[in-house]
Amino acid sequence: MGQTIAEKIFSRHAGRKVYAGDFVVADLDLVMAHDTTCAWAIEPFRQIAKKVWNRKKIFIPFDHAFPAPNVQMARLQSEIRKFADEQKLSITVDGVCHQIMSERLINPGDLVLGADSHSPTGGGLGAITMGVGSTDAAIAMATGKCWFRIPQTIRINVTGKLPKGVFSKDIILMVAQKFGPEGGNYCVFEYGGDTIRKLSVPARLTITNMSAEMGVKAAIVEPDNNTKKYLMENKREHNFDRKFLRSDKDAKYEKTMEFDVKDLVPLIAKPPDIDRVSPVSEVEKEKIKVDQVFIGSCTNCRIEDLDVVYKMWQKQTLNPKTRTIITPASKKVYLQAMAKGYIRFFMKLGAIVLTPGCGPCLGRHGGVLYDNEVCVSTSNRNFTGRMGSPKSFIYLASPATAAASAITGYITDPRKYIK
Amino acid sequence: MNWIFGDNINTDLITPGRYNITTDPKELAKIAFIEHRPEFAKKVKLNDFVIGGKNFGCGSSRETAVTALSACGIKAIIAKSYARIFYRNCMNQGMLAIIANTDNIEEQDKLEWDFKRQEIINQTKNTHLTAIMPTLMMKLYKEGGIIAYLQKNGLNSVGKLFK
Repeated sequence: MGQTIAEKIFSRHAGRKVYAGDFVVADLDLVMAHDTTCAWAIEPFRQIAKKVWNRKKIFIPFDHAFPAPNVQMARLQSEIRKFADEQKLSITVDGVCHQIMSERLINPGDLVLGADSHSPTGGGLGAITMGVGSTDAAIAMATGKCWFRIPQTIRINVTGKLPKGVFSKDIILMVAQKFGPEGGNYCVFEYGGDTIRKLSVPARLTITNMSAEMGVKAAIVEPDNNTKKYLMENKREHNFDRKFLRSDKDAKYEKTMEFDVKDLVPLIAKPPDIDRVSPVSEVEKEKIKVDQVFIGSCTNCRIEDLDVVYKMWQKQTLNPKTRTIITPASKKVYLQAMAKGYIRFFMKLGAIVLTPGCGPCLGRHGGVLYDNEVCVSTSNRNFTGRMGSPKSFIYLASPATAAASAITGYITDPRKYIK
Repeated sequence: MNWIFGDNINTDLITPGRYNITTDPKELAKIAFIEHRPEFAKKVKLNDFVIGGKNFGCGSSRETAVTALSACGIKAIIAKSYARIFYRNCMNQGMLAIIANTDNIEEQDKLEWDFKRQEIINQTKNTHLTAIMPTLMMKLYKEGGIIAYLQKNGLNSVGKLFK
């Protein structure tokens, strides 16, 4: 019987042919735990092991609140540093975990565990990358293994040419509207179709990243020439087994969903759920005043996103009543933006450019919201209280919609600013 | 008593990111539902149940959501369905996350579970609800979580859990 890409990758790491529903203990290629989840992995790790299984395959980024914004976070980070020193592990402070792993570490066909719910992001490179809690991360750091139930795969075909002003973020908001917060629970989303094939890896990462909001175990795009191009650009080994890393013709899918994007418009998810999605043009009519624009997070702040923002802001001014915060996803993105003159340009316009990292997305530092404030964010969660006061409101949209809203000071359709 | 919650209770509601900056379970117990249900942490008693709707525990992978409920003395969570990472975290910590239709459970109902029959028994209403409690979850519940299990059986014993 044929297998999906996910079943093939699990099979290779479990040492036997497996299908959806099987239970396995599989070997991992990489384990990640960050400045919050790693702190909770230390104690369970110490209870079962003295040494990590392979120090080269454990990745500890400080990204959720770095540099430390308060004494409590400083304490957590200090505990993790002590653990890392003991185990001879290095700590990375170069940006958001999923971005750094995509730039440097995840290869097509890998099986990766991350103690962070947005771990499906790396599937944009054709790997199976999954989120877990700290206990699983601790066991994985000790053994290099994890147990899994092989997930069913839902195939999502996206076809048609993306209209002007519409981006991969709008595609995933459309998918989220259809599936809702539980629609992908326990499953793998396998994305295909000509629209996905044409997207660059960074644009694909936005889609796999936000698939987490539908409860998926992993999300994957079959690796292709665009994957190879991305790996080469990042000076990485770029050969992978293409014949193996695609679903067999007779693979069994839980279901197949078709989406056509030729008439898609810019979309926005209204608080507090990711499936409360409307066209931005509809919401624009409500003239909702925006207190803060956040362009950042593991969903959207790669150089391709900043290219869009830069172009849109030419010969424009930003609304002085709106705080516009930009957090490049990684040090690499920051340096690229600097080389292109973006940072100077953004700052001269009055935008605030923060250190690469998760930034204000989870309300710990760098742009916390107060009561009744409205934020247009390029991140992935609009939950109540996520970015600060439980009485604040988070709208999720593309970097283009965020950039347009920064100009006008209210939620604005970006298409009129895109040539 | 039973603490009744609705659908899509996310981990930001259980342990909000802004308060989630400790590795002390006792501190976590104090922040459980701190903004969503401020009286919870003050009034919750040992062996209370948390009752949820669909997709309980969605959102962040933070295991502190389970640790906090566990540190509050919650006996078990019963919900219509769970988000996958939260469900795994419950199993790993030996916390029962029972799947059942929770529509008719009220605050003061006395609840018990029957693993063999895969049922929740509502002693107050004298009703039996079909429930899902996988063998793996019950094993880890009895062992006191996967870390205790591994300490007892060795690091390579994970595979034996499924046999």
